[in-house]
Amino acid sequence: MKVDLLTGLYVFMLAAFLGFQVITRVSPLLHTPLMSLTNALDAIAVVGAIILAGEHKNNLAAILGTIAIVAATSNIVGGFIITDRMLRMFKASGPKKP
Amino acid sequence: MTFSETFIEITYIIASALFILSLKWLSSPKTSRWGVWAGEIGMALAIGGTLLYKGIVDYKLVAIGLVLGTIIGIPLGKVAMTAVPQRTALSHAFGALCVTLVGTSEFYLRAPDIPPFMMAVLSMEVILGSLTFTGSLMAAGKLQEVLPQRPITYKGQNFVNLGMLALAIGVAGILVMHPDQVKLFPALIVIPLIFGVMLIIPIGGADMPTVISLLNSYAGLSAAAMGFVLNSKLLIIAGALDGSSGFILSVIMSKAMNRSFTNVLFGGFGQIQAAATGKEEARPVKSATAEEAAAILSAASRVAIVPGYGMAVAQAQHKVRELYDALTKRGVDVRFGIHPVAGRMPGHMNVLLAEADIPYDKLLEMDVINGDFPQTDVALVIGANDVTNPAARSDASSPIYGMPILDVDKARTVMVIKRSMAAGFAGIDNPLYYLDQTLMLFGDAKNFVGNIVRELAGSDGHHG
Repeated sequence: MKVDLLTGLYVFMLAAFLGFQVITRVSPLLHTPLMSLTNALDAIAVVGAIILAGEHKNNLAAILGTIAIVAATSNIVGGFIITDRMLRMFKASGPKKP
Repeated sequence: MTFSETFIEITYIIASALFILSLKWLSSPKTSRWGVWAGEIGMALAIGGTLLYKGIVDYKLVAIGLVLGTIIGIPLGKVAMTAVPQRTALSHAFGALCVTLVGTSEFYLRAPDIPPFMMAVLSMEVILGSLTFTGSLMAAGKLQEVLPQRPITYKGQNFVNLGMLALAIGVAGILVMHPDQVKLFPALIVIPLIFGVMLIIPIGGADMPTVISLLNSYAGLSAAAMGFVLNSKLLIIAGALDGSSGFILSVIMSKAMNRSFTNVLFGGFGQIQAAATGKEEARPVKSATAEEAAAILSAASRVAIVPGYGMAVAQAQHKVRELYDALTKRGVDVRFGIHPVAGRMPGHMNVLLAEADIPYDKLLEMDVINGDFPQTDVALVIGANDVTNPAARSDASSPIYGMPILDVDKARTVMVIKRSMAAGFAGIDNPLYYLDQTLMLFGDAKNFVGNIVRELAGSDGHHG
């Protein structure tokens, strides 16, 4: 168990550094889609909720787990849809502009 | 590890890589849509892999959850672009809800045999999750205007808030040492739930970009803590990415307002501003009609438009696009100057203008456009106030002194579309309005821009 937690800390540290590097490069133009996209990705927490509800160890865990799946799934679906909608709107001024 | 466990882990590794690529591709509007696809594929892989997990016995509940979530998610993905700030706040609340519920279940499944480090991350998961849940709901309520937008401050507010946070951490400390004190656990949820509400009560609309970013960061960190609890590296990675994204945005927003984090959360900005409005005096301003404004704009060769939250409120972005078209057709170089905190969330103005089909290469960051204002004929301010206030540069007694602003006062002519001379949301007087080269265009932003467009079209007709 202890080793797993330490491994987790390594992973967290590396991912946080990587996140800083990658996200500081995101154009300020796209800060709103950035927020909705990271929000959708963050809803990967759904995998924890799926296991919790699916294992059905007791009724409390199953009910809370199912509500958690609903919350996370709505973030996944809504987050990806709106991010894509926003990104589709960003167009460069092309040469054949009306 | 069995074959299926290994297979599931492999889907998680691929998903992690795709999530990182997804954010990397967001660096430019050209590759950004690949980012969404990468994220979607990664998500589908991870969920698909998880469904193969042998321990799942109750697929019915999982299916119900996924279907209900999809039904709720679709309309949340299709809200109007003007509602994006409140939608974002709401999604932070949902993310935090998921994390808090899973953390709560894990506690009751494992108590009383919880090792100290595990209990510590579990407490962090539940505390951050709960306060982000109510905090984000409050923020969404303020943005949707179902809650009063004015900051509410009272004496001893910081003391009360910090006290509550300390209390929650204290309870967590006891549970870390004595995980068998199961009765204490509800306090780990209830105190932060109240704290989340209290945290947002003193926040005003102008502070929303910082606060939403901060809540984003908390949501990410709580998900990362959940990753520790479940020993899921994929979740740790996604949480760390989301947490650092929110953190970076909060830093950018705080800098753009020349304020520290603690000042945003514990400053009670509203009070300071109330004091500053006392010395208002009736100074003369020059105003102009749409016809005059149209004449000045059509004679210009370089125009910079500075939009603010007022443009969003008036839904003027499509009229602004018509103005952009009319001026561009006459050979006028039109660009937009976007302040990082213009609007109610990071990047708010860019999304609204992109929706109105304004090419993104015309949307310039503050640092880029500021050097160009001295060579700009007309700076047209639409619904922005504090981010153009020259007092931020010169008046050390101003509450916004030191805040980086768009230097519109350096343009040859400044035109400001504003409803009236009443002080803006922040309540700070703006010396820009009294400058010699400033013309006030009084009226609703949408109507006024529409009138200018009509005047421009009309004069086209006269000249053939």
